[in-house]
Amino acid sequence: MILQIIVSGILMGFVYSLVAVGLTLTWGVLDIINFAHGEFLMMGMYSAFWMYSLFGMDPLLSIPFAMGIVFVMGYFTYRLIIKKVINAPGLTALLATFGLSLLLRNLAQFIWSPNYRFINQSIVMDKKIVLGSITLGVPQMVAAISSIVMTMAVFYFVEKTKTGRAIQATALDKNTAKLMGIHTEKIYALTFGISGACVGIAGALTATFFPIHPESGALYSLLAFVIVALGGFGNIKGALYSAIIIGITEALGGFLFGTQFKYALVFLIYLIVIQIKPKGLFGW
Amino acid sequence: MNKVMLKVDGITMRFGNLIANEDVEFQVHEGEIVSLIGPNGAGKTTLFNCITGFYKPYAGRVIFRGKDITFLPPHQICRLGLTRTFQIVKTLKEMTVKENILTGAFLHARKRKEAEAIAEEIIELTHLTGKKDQLGANLTIADKKRLEIARALATKPLMLMLDETMAGLNQTEIKEAMELCVKLKKAGVTLVIVEHIMEAIMPISDRVIVLNSGKKIAEGAPEDVVKDEQVIKAYLGERYYAKSKKC
Amino acid sequence: MVETKKIFSQKQVLSWMCILIAVLPLAIPNMNFHHVMIMFVIFAALGQSWNIITGFAGQTSFGHAAFFGIGAYTSSVLFWKYMVSPWVGMLLGALIAMGVAVIVSYPCFQLKGHYFAIATLAIGEIIQQIFVSWEYVEGATGISLPILPEGFLQLQFHQSKLPYFYIAYVLFVLVIVVAYGIEHSKMGYYLKAIRESQEAGEAIGINPTRYKLFAMMISSFMTAIFGSLYAQYILYIDPFMVFSLPLSMKIVLLTVLGGLGTLYGPIIGAAILIPLSEYTRILFGGTGKGIDLIIFGLLVVLVACYQPKGMIGLFGGWARKGQRTGGEKGE
Repeated sequence: MILQIIVSGILMGFVYSLVAVGLTLTWGVLDIINFAHGEFLMMGMYSAFWMYSLFGMDPLLSIPFAMGIVFVMGYFTYRLIIKKVINAPGLTALLATFGLSLLLRNLAQFIWSPNYRFINQSIVMDKKIVLGSITLGVPQMVAAISSIVMTMAVFYFVEKTKTGRAIQATALDKNTAKLMGIHTEKIYALTFGISGACVGIAGALTATFFPIHPESGALYSLLAFVIVALGGFGNIKGALYSAIIIGITEALGGFLFGTQFKYALVFLIYLIVIQIKPKGLFGW
Repeated sequence: MNKVMLKVDGITMRFGNLIANEDVEFQVHEGEIVSLIGPNGAGKTTLFNCITGFYKPYAGRVIFRGKDITFLPPHQICRLGLTRTFQIVKTLKEMTVKENILTGAFLHARKRKEAEAIAEEIIELTHLTGKKDQLGANLTIADKKRLEIARALATKPLMLMLDETMAGLNQTEIKEAMELCVKLKKAGVTLVIVEHIMEAIMPISDRVIVLNSGKKIAEGAPEDVVKDEQVIKAYLGERYYAKSKKC
Repeated sequence: MVETKKIFSQKQVLSWMCILIAVLPLAIPNMNFHHVMIMFVIFAALGQSWNIITGFAGQTSFGHAAFFGIGAYTSSVLFWKYMVSPWVGMLLGALIAMGVAVIVSYPCFQLKGHYFAIATLAIGEIIQQIFVSWEYVEGATGISLPILPEGFLQLQFHQSKLPYFYIAYVLFVLVIVVAYGIEHSKMGYYLKAIRESQEAGEAIGINPTRYKLFAMMISSFMTAIFGSLYAQYILYIDPFMVFSLPLSMKIVLLTVLGGLGTLYGPIIGAAILIPLSEYTRILFGGTGKGIDLIIFGLLVVLVACYQPKGMIGLFGGWARKGQRTGGEKGE
């Protein structure tokens, strides 16, 4: 039983990691808390939903589509909004992203109603794998595996490619990066786009087993904040590990103390860890 | 010789495997101007941080006016009369010059009026009168450095530690900074100065301490130190050596 | 602050604002308007309280709903279970909130920037969870306060909303007086120094933890008082209302919108946001389409983009002498 819970916690953790990686990128590179990150995820879920309900497309097949849509959203969010507030004093950038999240969430509610939507057909739907005493839902498995693959891909991209290194350089010191011939504006917009693409994919993946509604992104973004802070801002590896920790905590906490306490426990874990490592598990 | 004000006793500081200061030992007497020189990475700023409580040294003790201050937090050390400035200036950007200085002045003033009086006095002393209503963020680097000193002075320190307050200034500004140091000495403030600009500090220093690779390699009167073989090799280089010969 | 270049001193401007706020409800005798005015003074005061820890001291709190909720619950539970006067409950609630603030924020003050902000968010959420599952206070169901005959002592008025308004107003003015006092005293300068550079502050003798703690105590105390008042006004509370993250964020939003770290900011911000959200709710709220929040969100984005210093930026030199600069990150 415990094993079953831990395994499903880890699977959920993998999915969280993809959401958190998107957030940690913008946070680390631009030093901006993107409060609209959850709404980007919600947009990813709706993209998959509409591809399904209009064209009967399997959510797994609409992954590239969701990814593209939210990438574009992220890109233009930078171009139209973030660019204007990035050098503003105090909490202005936060104000902008929070306003954007309100706008997107309520726009979704206005256009698509607050009703819960479900995707009823997918090749992974309602399938289960039994491994000894553990039963795993195929949708969760597929989501987890795809998420971890994507997280690794982003990690590889940032660490190994030329563009990735440019992103790192910009994160460390924007002005020096500029002097080195890096087009920092492009890098910022790209980072926001990639961040969006991550949650676009995560949205399409979770759409196979979670209801889709305007508020569905909010909880994830809250968890993603904690995961990112727990891992250390801007640290992709940190986000991955702490996502798994949070996934397990949530699953175990829900089992041991009742579901109403599972998030309280997640937040408590953050508060405890941060006392010992004030800059997150992998922060510098 | 005047009373010993500061006694640095075998300070060693490590960051992981890197030894930034090793067994550094020196004393500063009341009313002196002591300069701390050495090439980049010699551990001057680290030593500053250890003395003023920003770092907790790995070994050794710091005694200020007979009191062990090694493990006191910076604000308590400041309260005892030992204040510092920062090499990378930490201007309170969203506050005006006067507000910057006033903040320092509140240390020894209960009432706002008293603090204002101290601040006005310091503003005049540091020639910031014309700029007192400007925001810290809008100052030139020279004025920011001056403000850094002014804010520290407003705490009425017995001893002031200046970390490269002349770097990046032009000739006139350096001269003004030198004059300020001399003025402060006359007013009874003991000074410890970290500086690169030899022309500026050699004439005003009573004693010079040379650090290299975290260790003290020489100490003495400016004219003796510049003749020290080891110092020349480690730091000053041929140019200053030749220059000092000529004089 | 030197007021040489200004036509009016800060004190004069604030006084005129307060006088205007006091006479408005008399000039416009309309129930809906009175409701909006009550919400306005409550939220302006909440913004002002939050401003002390975040605007002055620079410690971003996303968890102020926790203090608001503690205030609301303390007075409500005491009133509902033991018939203790809400005034006593209000004071007690404020003291409890202050105690909680000390306990939870003291260990968090070593955290820098976003790490602190996320910690306050986490604390807020945990406290909400506790109240949701706490049966003694009716958990998720919430508390409906018993309706009593009108009276100052039981803080209930049914004929008119004006008594609520003037009680809220007096407390609001007190909050402004406290905030004004802080800004112009040693504490205000020390808090701002900590905000600008904690290290520089330490170097000139400021004990950062002590001053942050003072700021948090005052801030949480005042926030809780308005929690109690709000509960007495609405006569119903539940954890999703008084402990919610959206409530914390509303306080943050209106202050930043008005102008962070200034005394006018929360007043201006609340004067824009509260009528906007209350009236759009009255107009469109019933449709469940969230039009109010769409407008709200759009406005917030626009202000952030075009008035990065908040609405206060519109008034320029009148509000704040000298130019505020765009924050050049890292010099």
